[in-house]
Amino acid sequence: MSNSYLQEAWKGVGRENPVLRLVLGLCPILGVSAYLVNGLGMGIAVTVVLICSNLVISLVRGYISHKYRLAVFLIVVATFVTAVDMVMNVYQPDLREALGVFLPLMAVNCVVLTRAEVFASNQPVGRSIMDGLGMGIGFTVALLLLSGIREILGTGSITAVNAVLVEDIFGTNYEPIRMLEEPFGAFIALGLLLALVNAFSRKQNLA
Amino acid sequence: MEQLVSIIFIYILIDNFVLQRFFGVCPLLHNSRKIESAMGMSMAMILVMTLATPISWLIHNHVMEPLGIGYLQIVVFVLIIISIGQFIERFLRKNNPNLMQGLGNYWPLVTPNCAVLAAALLVADKNFSFLESIIFGFAAALGFSLALLIVSGIRDRLEVCQVPAPFQGVAITLISIGILSFAFTGFAGMFAL
Repeated sequence: MSNSYLQEAWKGVGRENPVLRLVLGLCPILGVSAYLVNGLGMGIAVTVVLICSNLVISLVRGYISHKYRLAVFLIVVATFVTAVDMVMNVYQPDLREALGVFLPLMAVNCVVLTRAEVFASNQPVGRSIMDGLGMGIGFTVALLLLSGIREILGTGSITAVNAVLVEDIFGTNYEPIRMLEEPFGAFIALGLLLALVNAFSRKQNLA
Repeated sequence: MEQLVSIIFIYILIDNFVLQRFFGVCPLLHNSRKIESAMGMSMAMILVMTLATPISWLIHNHVMEPLGIGYLQIVVFVLIIISIGQFIERFLRKNNPNLMQGLGNYWPLVTPNCAVLAAALLVADKNFSFLESIIFGFAAALGFSLALLIVSGIRDRLEVCQVPAPFQGVAITLISIGILSFAFTGFAGMFAL
């Protein structure tokens, strides 16, 4: 039993990764990936919202009429996004400032809404929570990958950690790829990352 | 007047919603396979954003601010956007069924959409007048449509190209969008508010 719950969570990280495999929710992925800290903050926020909204939608799934389900999903998600927004405003005001408009935009995030529609609205509560957790972690992993690439290669340092680590890898003469900090750099970096993931999964399928 | 022209050009070319701000990348990727579907999506977006943005402005400035309920912003804006979507859908079904038939497929994608909500949230932050907020919504939607049409044109060409296997599909499209976005940075600084 517990094994199948773990599988439910694990699929979101690997096989059905919302960003790298299903290509959903790219708006926050591209928008907040300039720095690792922002990426981590956004990832945690999305995970919390996913778990909570999956939980509530799974609980009320018997009472929603099919016709108005989208409106119900949107209101539930928007409520939790507002809550996360308020909590972050109090405890992490700098992070909230850095995420800007992308945090409220989570209310219409494709990942959250798709999970509500295809999973939480017809599955039991326990599974829905695990699904939310897995999808949230998968989203966070993808966001950390992209923001890691962009921050480390683009600025040659990590703001949250000492710059020593990066200097160890590249040496002190490393010339940062400034392009990765720009919006167009984000598009290109994500395209290359997706191609890399495709190449890896292809190899695994062939083997 | 000058201000209005500036707003139009800034949000179509310089501060393009998709290419510089990343709002609405999902519909851009999932609706750009054919020119016709890109056209339908653009029409729907222009219709919804031009209406939803000024209405959000009105409600934010004249209802929520005086009552001090600014913290309900997200929920209220989401509600406004779905109701406007429903309203336009019903209205068109009755008065212009032909147009609605064309738009119908894109409707569920438009109403809960990143770009529409982003326009509503941004207009609440800025000190725009009512007229400016209409123009802002319209220009942002035009910018989105421009990007969508260009990308669908690029994808049309990519169909006949021999793309390396791992890059096929979304990966090469994202890289093309990146190059397009790079080209658009050339407009930076042409207009200022």
